[in-house]
Amino acid sequence: MKIAVCVKQVPDSWAEKKMMGGVLDRQGVDAVLNDLDEYAIEEALRIVEAHGGNGEAGANSVTVISMGPERTADAVRKALSMGADAAIIVTDPALAGSDALATSKVLAKVIEEGNFDLVFCGTESTDARMSVVPAMIAQRLTWAQLTFAGSVVVDAATKTATITRVTEAGIDTMKAQFPAVISVVEKINEPRYPSFKGIMAAKKKPVEIKNLASLGIEPSLVGTAGAWSVVDDATPRPPKAAGIKIVDDGNGGKALVDFLVEKKLI
Amino acid sequence: MSEVFILAQFVGEKIAKTTAELATCGAGIGNVTAIVLAPPGSGSALASQITFGSISKVIVIESADFAHFGVAASAQAIAHVVNEHKPSALLITSSAFGKEVAGCVAILTNSGLITDAVDVSSDLVATQVIFGGSSTVHSRVTHGCAIITLRPNSFSPDAAVGSPEIITANITISDSAKLAEVVSSQPPLAEGRPELTEAQIIVSGGRGTNGDFSAVETFADLLGAAVGASRAATDAGWYPHSHQVGQTGKTVSPQLYVACGISGAIQHRAGMQTSKTVVVINKDPDAPIFELADFGVVGDLFAVLPQASEGVKARKS
Repeated sequence: MKIAVCVKQVPDSWAEKKMMGGVLDRQGVDAVLNDLDEYAIEEALRIVEAHGGNGEAGANSVTVISMGPERTADAVRKALSMGADAAIIVTDPALAGSDALATSKVLAKVIEEGNFDLVFCGTESTDARMSVVPAMIAQRLTWAQLTFAGSVVVDAATKTATITRVTEAGIDTMKAQFPAVISVVEKINEPRYPSFKGIMAAKKKPVEIKNLASLGIEPSLVGTAGAWSVVDDATPRPPKAAGIKIVDDGNGGKALVDFLVEKKLI
Repeated sequence: MSEVFILAQFVGEKIAKTTAELATCGAGIGNVTAIVLAPPGSGSALASQITFGSISKVIVIESADFAHFGVAASAQAIAHVVNEHKPSALLITSSAFGKEVAGCVAILTNSGLITDAVDVSSDLVATQVIFGGSSTVHSRVTHGCAIITLRPNSFSPDAAVGSPEIITANITISDSAKLAEVVSSQPPLAEGRPELTEAQIIVSGGRGTNGDFSAVETFADLLGAAVGASRAATDAGWYPHSHQVGQTGKTVSPQLYVACGISGAIQHRAGMQTSKTVVVINKDPDAPIFELADFGVVGDLFAVLPQASEGVKARKS
């Protein structure tokens, strides 16, 4: 089984994020591997481990795919430390400012060239939070779309994947033949910490760097130039005016109700 | 006048309140047409519920494939309608389903996409509140149909009444949209409480509940509110994950958000910062959640909430 996991490097959740020229300023903040992608890496690793393992020892492989500036290599390195076998990074100055449509186009192209059976993703990135890229990749590749998975069962013999799709609309059991794009919700597993051995091994794992020319993608179709939506302006929201704060003297609950009545909320 | 299409959605067989919100938003932009995706034989029953004053036309598409093949089949049908009628905008409610459908329709119709808007102006400039509520962004789609998903509760539901023209469209879903099959479906557990993302009022509990949500639930029920939880509470197994508010849970924007025993880590704030009014009960006077509070009580939630519940009860009787 050949599995790809799409990951993204994002600003640390704790960092203050700013917009600059209509796009997120990625330079001025600490960058980490998107939390939610770790669940996708973990699930991919668990699946290959249950099917004879990956790497030199097994018949399977897990390849990490990421698009971003050069320092994306740091996020990818963490995925390799967890146990993925190889990585492909797409980096190109023309990619800056890409929207979800362009991102899915680039990732789909890399996946198409890799002859994968399954692609795993997190459900969203903690910066843009659109939750659309996994579905868009499936749409572009005309692959089965198994998204928001709370559990994944893979049958290598019949080449089928079955998931439980967990959303606000309920729980659906969905089934598809390979190839499929699977996005996983964070309750699916507990991602492993990279071991010392894993961290050392990651340094020797192959990382292939691609750019738009090597993928055969026209630069005008991606990045800010190719984006099909533009940001007119972005402004920090003014800090909220200080509210009322009282210390409960035994009548805190009553005061709370009085506040709700005054605001016509009850 | 521009043509705006909205995707009507149903909870079971009943029209969702968010559809009336899309109607209000659409009315501010142009002529509104609603798209109804229905199981075979149910089209007219579903379409007959679309009586919002701002909607002039309803396009009904019946197919068993919508239930069987989820997002891909729905997106294909909607894209077909959009490619045929070329509306200026397509509005869909932000949800896991709505956003994925919007993304796939964007690809199928060569259109730009904006998700989680809280407002859309008459000239299709969308307002988004991003980075956990810390920035406001105005953006526009520049190619194709403006596909915009709207957060629930961003608009008041259209209360006017009308009788739109109902049209049936016959669309065959192709095999390329039937790759992932829904084998079985289970609706969300009915608890008699409103759905978190649609609720006008949410009462949430965190670490401070120590796992006892009874006071939170009692107060919520008296207010007709949904119950939310912080990640600390759901990770501890005190409350189902489906109730988690925050960065890795639901993003909510109710009229009133009552945070009980929640410290207010940035990940939680990211999910509730756009709530209109925030009330906080917390023992720790330095808890960061107080920064968001319109009204904060420094105190024990197990003392303050029951007293507040009594107060609400007394007002009702």
